[in-house]
Amino acid sequence: MYVAVKGGERAIDSAHAWLAEERRGAPDVPELSIAQIREQQGLAINRVMAEGSLFDPDLAALAIKQARGDLIEAIFLIRAYRTTLPRFGASRPVDTAAMACDRRISATFKDVPGGQVLGPTFDYTHRLLDFALAAEEGTPGDAADEAQGADRNADPPRKPHVLGFLDRDGLIEPASREPDLAHSAPADLTREPLELPASRALRLQALARADEGFLLGLAYSTQRGYARNHAFVGELRIGTVAVEMDIPELGFAIEIGEITMTECETVNQFTGSKSEPPQFTRGYGLVFGQTERKAIAMALVDRALRWEELGEDFVGAPAQDAEFVLSHADNIQATGFLEHIKLPHYVDFQSELELVRKLRRDAETGAEGAK
Amino acid sequence: MGEIEKRKGWMGLLARAPTARLAALWQGFGLEPEHTLLRPPEIGAVMVRGRAGATGAPFNLGEMTVTRCSTRLACGAVGHGYVQGRDKAHARTAALIDALMQTPCADALSAAVLDPLAAELDLTRSRRAARAAATKVDFFTLVRGED
Repeated sequence: MYVAVKGGERAIDSAHAWLAEERRGAPDVPELSIAQIREQQGLAINRVMAEGSLFDPDLAALAIKQARGDLIEAIFLIRAYRTTLPRFGASRPVDTAAMACDRRISATFKDVPGGQVLGPTFDYTHRLLDFALAAEEGTPGDAADEAQGADRNADPPRKPHVLGFLDRDGLIEPASREPDLAHSAPADLTREPLELPASRALRLQALARADEGFLLGLAYSTQRGYARNHAFVGELRIGTVAVEMDIPELGFAIEIGEITMTECETVNQFTGSKSEPPQFTRGYGLVFGQTERKAIAMALVDRALRWEELGEDFVGAPAQDAEFVLSHADNIQATGFLEHIKLPHYVDFQSELELVRKLRRDAETGAEGAK
Repeated sequence: MGEIEKRKGWMGLLARAPTARLAALWQGFGLEPEHTLLRPPEIGAVMVRGRAGATGAPFNLGEMTVTRCSTRLACGAVGHGYVQGRDKAHARTAALIDALMQTPCADALSAAVLDPLAAELDLTRSRRAARAAATKVDFFTLVRGED
């Protein structure tokens, strides 16, 4: 139990003043601006937006600056801020087929309409430290890339979803088995506490804002055999999509902005049943920003959690256990409970101390009595 | 194009416009019409939804920041602005432009503000598409010489 204690105000003030100085670092090194963090630490920004569950790159940059680069602390700041915002409504579901793709790859089909587009990826880099970056200065030129590129004024080619081709031939299950409840809103865990069993919609929301490291570990466990479901990345796409919302005062929907997101669709094994011919199954990942490790992990865990609706056995694997996954995936909940044990527990501990002393006394007198 | 489609077009453009660029173009237009704020600029959030498996049942993905504003001109035209981010001046300008686009000055405003914005966003988009296209893989198969 945590018991409120008074005192220590001066120590706290001094600690916070020192924290502010440490955050700034050596004063002879120029201070980072929000724009610098936003533009040059883009993947950190993306992680904070995804797990903070709020798309706003400038706010994420501010949070990272304030948190001294501790991303979970930054996510905490974003989560706290978002609770202060009035909710204007919900968007129409984004149309990821219409995404303007920076990157779009498929591990299942070589020749897909729209092509395999690598985008700005770390893949195929040698993972050797580039000491040229330590010398600072210099902006990589873009002339060479543009010269190779297609017509600059060409419309970006529409890139149909790869899994649509399997779907057309009936080789893969439908995108979701839950009915499209057009007139009822999907459950929202920011409004109602998470209850189990959770619908797939609720699970996807929880996974989209889950800790990347936790999801990565769980997803890896499914690949190593804990609820193996043999995933292929059917398609991974990163790019911008328009967000549309119905505006009551207008009576129609308008675009309210454009956001970057990463989508991963996996193709997984399935053996079929007496009533259904063999079909591939699906896992789905959708995350704010360029966040492909997280999106792939989300798709694998989504698929593992679907064992029941697909008639698979529960083999006791952690990634299959919705209670385990959903209760522990949120890093703000987890860190809040984990870190609270460092706060004063003097009274709690005092009672334990009393108890241990009493037990030891009893043991000693018991031992002496037996002599 | 119907009236609603046209209005959706300019409202979407104003929502996506870079804040500083819109402010500069609006200032260049040089009109500050008399108006009443029906809803002063307000910062809030919109829950963004996706679909399971891209085409299945909807789910809540996460929120984005949005600022909105509504205004009425002296002539009675009502304008609404819903713009991405947290800039109140951006939302107010969007609402004013939405209202003015329903008045006789629509053509002049369009030429001075909306057309350049649309052209610039198109250019940004097509440059990015060209960068992506330059990373498209051209496969070639090596002759295996088995026969």
